[in-house]
Amino acid sequence: MDQLTNMQNGGWLPVVFLGLMGIAMLAYVVLDGYDLGVGILLRRVEDADKDVMISSIGPFWDANETWLVLGVGILLVAFPMAHGVILGALYLPVAFMLIGLTLRGVAFDFRVKARAAHKPWWNNAFFAGSLLTSFSQGVMLGLYITGFKNGWAELGFALITGLCLCSGYALLGAAWLIMKTEGALQQRAVHWAQRSLWLTGAGIAAISIVTPMISARIFEKWFSMPNLFFLLPIPVVTAVLFFTIERTLRRLPVRLRDRNEYGAWVPFTCTVGIFMLAFCGLAYSLFPYLVVDKIDIWQAASAPESLKIILLGAAIVLPAILGYTIYSYRVFWGKTRELTYY
Amino acid sequence: MDPIILARAQFGANITFHILFPTISIAMGWVLLFFKLRFNKTGDAKWMDAYKFWVKVFALTFALGVVSGITMSFQFGTNWPGYMQTVGNIAGPLLAYEVLTAFFLEASFLGIMLFGTNRVSNRVHTVATLLVAGGTTLSAFWIIALNSWMQTPAGFEMIDGKAHALDWVQIVFNPSFPYRLTHMLLASGLTVAFLIAGISAYRWLRGDKTPAVTATLKTGVTLAAILIPLQIFAGDLHGLNTLKHQPAKVAAMEGVWETTKGAPALLFAIPNTQTRSNDYAIGIPKVASLILTHELDGEIKGLNEFQGKHPPVAPLFFGFRIMVGMGMLMLAVSWFGVWQLYGRKSPRGEPQPWLARVLVGMSFSGWIATVAGWYVTEIGRQPYLVYGVLKTVDAASAVPGAMIASTFVMYLTLYSALTVAYISVVFHLARKAQFPASFSSSFPGPSTSIIPPMIAVHNDLGPAQP
Ligand code: HDD
Ligand code: HEM
Ligand code: HEM
Repeated sequence: MDQLTNMQNGGWLPVVFLGLMGIAMLAYVVLDGYDLGVGILLRRVEDADKDVMISSIGPFWDANETWLVLGVGILLVAFPMAHGVILGALYLPVAFMLIGLTLRGVAFDFRVKARAAHKPWWNNAFFAGSLLTSFSQGVMLGLYITGFKNGWAELGFALITGLCLCSGYALLGAAWLIMKTEGALQQRAVHWAQRSLWLTGAGIAAISIVTPMISARIFEKWFSMPNLFFLLPIPVVTAVLFFTIERTLRRLPVRLRDRNEYGAWVPFTCTVGIFMLAFCGLAYSLFPYLVVDKIDIWQAASAPESLKIILLGAAIVLPAILGYTIYSYRVFWGKTRELTYY
Repeated sequence: MDPIILARAQFGANITFHILFPTISIAMGWVLLFFKLRFNKTGDAKWMDAYKFWVKVFALTFALGVVSGITMSFQFGTNWPGYMQTVGNIAGPLLAYEVLTAFFLEASFLGIMLFGTNRVSNRVHTVATLLVAGGTTLSAFWIIALNSWMQTPAGFEMIDGKAHALDWVQIVFNPSFPYRLTHMLLASGLTVAFLIAGISAYRWLRGDKTPAVTATLKTGVTLAAILIPLQIFAGDLHGLNTLKHQPAKVAAMEGVWETTKGAPALLFAIPNTQTRSNDYAIGIPKVASLILTHELDGEIKGLNEFQGKHPPVAPLFFGFRIMVGMGMLMLAVSWFGVWQLYGRKSPRGEPQPWLARVLVGMSFSGWIATVAGWYVTEIGRQPYLVYGVLKTVDAASAVPGAMIASTFVMYLTLYSALTVAYISVVFHLARKAQFPASFSSSFPGPSTSIIPPMIAVHNDLGPAQP
């Protein structure tokens, strides 16, 4: 179908919804990404530090997870046909992700409320749930990019993206802890960030190489002139961000030992930047398809009158959501303190 | 096994697990607000203690509600792709409004409500509590609107096999919506009332007779006693409404096979699908007609009028009796409890031990009635998924049965383990609760000029005394 005629025939709504869905998914990946990352790193520390790590995400995780509900919700309500196809193809990894999310979410509360003797068990559930969720999401990403083909090469690629997403989340989580904690834990977080940085980079590189190989159309989009020229900033800025993080992480230990917090926020912001750029690159490759080269957004969209009703609500409510999200981060600004209910 | 049966069983198991927790969090939010406002007003520390204990249970419940809800939002697509493809234009906006208006609200302010007391003013904290409670109720509003629309669809037209919205007011306020929402909110209130009464009674029996325990015991029993007559009344109206829109469902609930004038209310029977009649029926003559038509000889359409198009009879028949039976038990226990707690026999508002034991036994009775009620409603809609519009078989996904079966086993194992863990942790918290320790709390209370008498008393008993 011709994209331009699509746009003219009232077809801009699906594009808007694609954008909204993208924002929701990106927000989810970044926000719950640091929660999951903290969970992945949990087993490496003593019990007291475990409490600090979990306290640092306690007030936020629920709202963070809600972005996933919104993202999947938009896929469901705006592109019902693609929702069925995508989630049907990802049935097993989705089930594993849900089990992981369940374990992680309930462990938050059970670990402090259950019998003391059961606490280590819930700590393990927290770790296992975070890891299972991250890995399943990475596998889903891999399968999605390769267009749900079930060959060995595709499965292998999906396993690799699974590992890389785990390390990407670990990087986010470690960078979050550098901002929110102090002392020995903060030092260790720097170390964790260094270790996960390279695997994350490898993962992004792998995806960037594989995606154009999947489809001639995507290859064409990237490597024809003048597109290549306009797109060059994406890989270049990504590389710059990587090196900024690397350099900051090398200098932080000394500074932090002197209680100088200068630059403690750099790894986190730059990691978020990397995630955003990777996301933009992927979005550019796939647009306007929801399932690689098979289902585009116009084929999959719901009726315009229903989409308009949702858009109206979203236009009113999203700014409010943004407002109270910022408010809540301000309330819990600064270094993590112990969480108590009163 | 048949993938459709498996998909239905899996969806049923998931939503059953999910509804356990919203049922508690919806009303518990409001009860916590009540405790907080009582404390703000009277400065009596017992209300703060009550708040502090129940907010822990609330946090746990909420977490379980959230994670099971996330599973639900995926299940629509994975198990019923035909559902969204046919009625997505209606269901989509309702689900979207639930996420946008309710989920973000409750999730964002939950953090402040649970952990923000030291970081925000008392007033802001009260407002956060209000917003969380409001958010849960709003979410019930939207999802019940959708569910009611599936029972009694209105305000749409079918074009090329797809539903298109005509009038959103009619869609949201469809014929069964007001009844279902009221009935569900009351069910939530009752579940919480009995949970609070039961756990307080448990603590009381274990010798924890602090003022907070007696206060919450009284709150729970009183709330139950107020809500249960309302619930029975609302349930009756709900039944009349269902008779009008889904007569086959009511015939199955009442076990009426042949169209009868003056149908009896069956107390017990075993519906027999082979003979299309009831075995071992015991009933009160004419009462079913009286309840449903408000006439002794009113006519009730029998199941035989809907051959091949009526829901399975036994689950509805028994489900309905479990719910109503539970309602009657609640009526008896809560009214007796009020009579005892406020009566002259126990001036200090203390229950007799046997009443306390009954209350402990009924801690989770609300769950039983609620789940039974939902089973009546949902199974009673069969063979349709959207009544008269879309059949369940036409919405099922092509996912192979083995895949559904294996994930089903995983979910079931996890859910059973978590339900057991939840119940035992609630009782564990009740045992662990030690109130006097919290009197030194740094909670920014109301103006200090009101010195709560409780604190004075406890200072007298403090360790400084020789
Ligand atoms: C009558 C009430 C009711 C009913 C019938 C349902 N829910 Fe629910 N749900 C709630 C009442 C609720 C709630 C009170 O709003 C919850 C429970 C505890 C909580 O945290 O929010 C919730 C949580 C909740 C969440 C997590 C929200 C968050 O992240 O904060 C999702 C995604 C869903 N639900 C989805 C569903 C779906 C798809 C349902 C139907 C098939 C459903 N719920 C039935
Ligand atoms: C909250 C309490 C609820 C409970 C306990 C419940 C229970 C059930 C059960 C037991 C089934 C299986 C019925 C059968 O196959 O015979 C079912 C089916 C279903 N319910 Fe619910 N339900 C609830 C709420 C909802 C809501 C709010 C919605 C949608 C908005 C919903 C949508 C469905 C769908 C799509 C099916 C699958 C198709 C079918 O079998 O009819 N349910 N539910
Ligand atoms: C004792 C008198 C009661 C009567 C006459 C009654 C009546 C009904 C009827 C007729 C339905 C089915 C409506 C439909 O499918 O269209 C229903 C459903 C339901 N009942 Fe009851 N009920 C009673 C007590 C209770 C109690 C005590 C609870 C819980 C504490 C409860 C919770 C529910 C729930 C959650 C549903 C499903 C949602 C709904 O359709 O509203 N009911 N009730």
